[in-house]
Amino acid sequence: MTMTTTTAPTTAMPNALTSGKMPKYSPLWLLAGAFALSIAIFAVVDAAGGESFNWAGMAVLAVVLFCVLIWVISRLVEGGRKATDRLVTALVSSAFAIALVPLISVTYTVIVKGVARFDLSFFTESMRNVVGAGGGALHAIVGTLLITGMATLISVPIGLLTAIYLVEYGRGRLARGVTFFVDVMTGIPSIVAGLFAFALFALVFDDPGIRFGFGGAVALSVLMIPVVVRSSEEMLKLVPNELREASLALGVPKYLTVLKVVLPTSIAGIITGVMISIARVIGETAPLLIIAGFTASMNYNLFAERMMTLPVFVYNQYASQGTDAQAYLDRAWTGALTLILIVALLNIIARLVAKFLAPKGLR
Amino acid sequence: MTTTVAAPAITAKERPGDRVFSKLTVVASSLILAVLAAVAIFLVAQSMPAFVAESDDFKGDATNFWSYVGPLVFGTVWSAALAMIFAVPLTIGVALFITHFAPRRIAQGLGYVVDLLAAVPSVVFGLWGIGVLAPALQPYYANLTEWFGWFPLFAGPVSGTGRTILTVAIVLAVMVLPIITAISREVFLQTPRLHEEAALALGATRWEMIRMAVLPFGRPGVISGAMLGLGRALGETMAVAMVLSPATIVSFALVQSQNPTTIAANIALNFPEAHDVGVNILIATGLILFVITLGVNSIARYIVGRRKAFSGAN
Repeated sequence: MTMTTTTAPTTAMPNALTSGKMPKYSPLWLLAGAFALSIAIFAVVDAAGGESFNWAGMAVLAVVLFCVLIWVISRLVEGGRKATDRLVTALVSSAFAIALVPLISVTYTVIVKGVARFDLSFFTESMRNVVGAGGGALHAIVGTLLITGMATLISVPIGLLTAIYLVEYGRGRLARGVTFFVDVMTGIPSIVAGLFAFALFALVFDDPGIRFGFGGAVALSVLMIPVVVRSSEEMLKLVPNELREASLALGVPKYLTVLKVVLPTSIAGIITGVMISIARVIGETAPLLIIAGFTASMNYNLFAERMMTLPVFVYNQYASQGTDAQAYLDRAWTGALTLILIVALLNIIARLVAKFLAPKGLR
Repeated sequence: MTTTVAAPAITAKERPGDRVFSKLTVVASSLILAVLAAVAIFLVAQSMPAFVAESDDFKGDATNFWSYVGPLVFGTVWSAALAMIFAVPLTIGVALFITHFAPRRIAQGLGYVVDLLAAVPSVVFGLWGIGVLAPALQPYYANLTEWFGWFPLFAGPVSGTGRTILTVAIVLAVMVLPIITAISREVFLQTPRLHEEAALALGATRWEMIRMAVLPFGRPGVISGAMLGLGRALGETMAVAMVLSPATIVSFALVQSQNPTTIAANIALNFPEAHDVGVNILIATGLILFVITLGVNSIARYIVGRRKAFSGAN
């Protein structure tokens, strides 16, 4: 009876698990407060100076304010260790936000500036005899498709067979060497690949000013092969050994095991890897600038004459602006938009292929 | 009297298909080695005339090949180093955010978002750098020289266009960001779960856990990722060629209109008009670039190679 009267009411007891801690959503409120304060400061300052509102400065000030505030408040409420933790959380999150800024800015700019010439004539006309406004990039789009297609035709068989060698056959020194040099090859600067193709064909054909589409395809292959090898190798390694053993135990020859069991199992991943490698080389400018050159006319022949490609088109429109500079800049931005759309499309197809072609049970 | 007769080893009958197929894969693999060797051989072969070229074959006031390539090497290394100063701390932050701070459900999506940066072609970055970034940064550069002009790095006169090596370094940092982030992310995720949980169980805060368990474990991965990014930054062509307003000088100043240019940008800008021995000179500078990036990448691969589980190319 007396016991109940002596015990203090539990509500007065601080909860040991939450005492000395900031409420759960307090950082979000602090962030909102920091932004509000920063907007107010900049609104006053910019209005006083008669300038337009400075969004970048406002965001920077808000983030700095937030970092200082959360550190000080947390230090007072929760102590030093927790304050450091909160400060690091704030810094790491803002690092991610900073990384997003260029992505958003690039996407926004390309879309806004690219739609100006995103019309029918851009995709149906070349630049032949065009000075000033008008014209299109059909010759560049055709060139890009031809050269990248040829590069794919060269790279995929070599890359895939090498991956098969590394996973199914390769032991010993050759395999180790190939693995190492494939890694090294991923690091070849694209312009060096272009110079290589130029040096090779200039010597072979004894033509010191050689420019043609096939050379561009060779240069792109140098960049593409290591990516194909790496991604295919990873995919082939994912195939369970039990499948190979079951097939061999049934008396199937090894090459048929590879062709009929291993490859079909991993084909989705391999196609994805190939698509992504195409997306990677289709935007390459430097090697094509060197070996494929630039032209204003259509050229369907990979083995003769200069051939325009979309990235080089973008660069060329920007670099040699005529008297009507805006028309050239518009074409450059629309070219950039087209290029980004192609790359995005390839990436999306790659993801879809990975999703729908994946063997049952691995999905 | 049981003499153990060695059981005859059963060898499968070798089918012609087997022989052809395995030979085919060997040929393909050897072809890759041959291509790499060919790259080196043809570059060297075409570079030879440059090393003995006369002084009036060079653009500018260079007297021989080495005095011509010197400022270019400086510009290449300097711009790449600046880019790494921006990129490395940022990428560590981004990778940590994706692996340890972001809500679990959206973390993978955020990873894809950063990977999107890698999908943007370099020529688009160049266009963006000159059309958006340089004009946006120019007023800040003006302030920088005004306030910190006494510091040699920020010495004036300020560039009027913003097409300086600092802008280039920022563009390069954006371009290498997805590469370094991808590798750092992978190694941070590979931290043994038990190490992390042990640290947390002992009462460490999240940052203390990261400092004690994740960062020491991930350090080699971050270093090799940074080296791969450095290789990319050294060889990047179009963004530099478009954004930078170039000169053949050796200067540490960050925001002036006279900037040291890079090997790759110099080739891209001069190759279309080059002729005779001028072509050989440019190819020779490309050879120098090839050697530099080869060295950087080999070191990176060596560091990665000691830890087999991850590799930059996937």
